[in-house]
Amino acid sequence: MTEPETDATESSDGRAAWLWRGATAAFSIPGLILASAFVGFAGLARDAGLTLAQTVFMTGVVWALPGKVVLISAILAGSSLPTAAFAVALSSVRLAPMVVALTPELRGPRTPAWVLYALSHFVAVTSWVLAMERVGDIPRAMRTSFYAGLGLTLVLGNMAVVAFVFVVAGRLPPAVSAALFFLTPLYFLTSLWGSAREKAGQTAMLLGLVFGPVFHLLIPGFDLLATGLLAGFMAFGLHLISKGRKAV
Amino acid sequence: MSFTAIDTWWWPYVFILIAGWLATDLWRFLGVYFGGRLSDESELLVLVRCIATALVAAVIANLIIFPSGALAATPLLLRIGAGLAGFAAYLAVGKRVLVGIVAGEMVLGAGMFINHAL
Repeated sequence: MTEPETDATESSDGRAAWLWRGATAAFSIPGLILASAFVGFAGLARDAGLTLAQTVFMTGVVWALPGKVVLISAILAGSSLPTAAFAVALSSVRLAPMVVALTPELRGPRTPAWVLYALSHFVAVTSWVLAMERVGDIPRAMRTSFYAGLGLTLVLGNMAVVAFVFVVAGRLPPAVSAALFFLTPLYFLTSLWGSAREKAGQTAMLLGLVFGPVFHLLIPGFDLLATGLLAGFMAFGLHLISKGRKAV
Repeated sequence: MSFTAIDTWWWPYVFILIAGWLATDLWRFLGVYFGGRLSDESELLVLVRCIATALVAAVIANLIIFPSGALAATPLLLRIGAGLAGFAAYLAVGKRVLVGIVAGEMVLGAGMFINHAL
């Protein structure tokens, strides 16, 4: 209803500008933190015996970092193809609700479906949090261009980071690796709070932080799914109760 | 049929494509299919956002509580303390992500230093 009228400004010029703005959004603190997480991943893949080409290929086609870590552990454990695929699929279920939440925000009035399917490949935590934070300030018709620039730059940039680290860097001192590995949870902890659309999102985050490790011990493998459903429904229930009170 | 089962150059790539690409993009494509059918003012979307946020929060907590690599060698209480310190600093200065990250890393670094010195 309050959407700005963007049809008049929808020229090829405008698209290129938003694509560029998306690409530059990758060169930010979140982008830097993600790159440092990929420094750690390159070391993990090399230790697991993967080649440079296999590691860079995996970075591009899987993209989400937790899924790749699970895939590497499955390879290390000598798992069969179906077992490895099942473990990776289980660790990636969270991508579905993330994409469900992002798609209506990215979609313009005339966005073709294939564009949304292609862009969904870029969805992982960093680009999702960045997009949920920023799309509100972007004209609706230009959001897909912005996200394409952001996603492509992050994926290609981190494929380059992985290749560079794989070839050049030796083993990092343990204290440096520990500090690098800790950047990711610290960044997500703070930015996830800021990107919440409503109070219910923050409730869901706090519940998820507590339930995640508990379910990790109780039902390993299904912990993320169980946490998402239980904490998500609880936060939504509280949201409905507080909304009902306001209405009365 | 493990990663090293077939001794050709292409088998590892097929393995990564099926166990990696297919197993993750399947969920992303499903998300577009269902997300395309929801209005962005739908109440159902609040629920989906809650579930997605809780899932990401679980990933964060597990990275702190059950880390892999070099972080696993640090004390659990230090990691929890550093995470709480970072989050508190972030809230205290009016939601500045960089401040939260620097504060958390400083606590972790100081803790590792003290732990090493003792």
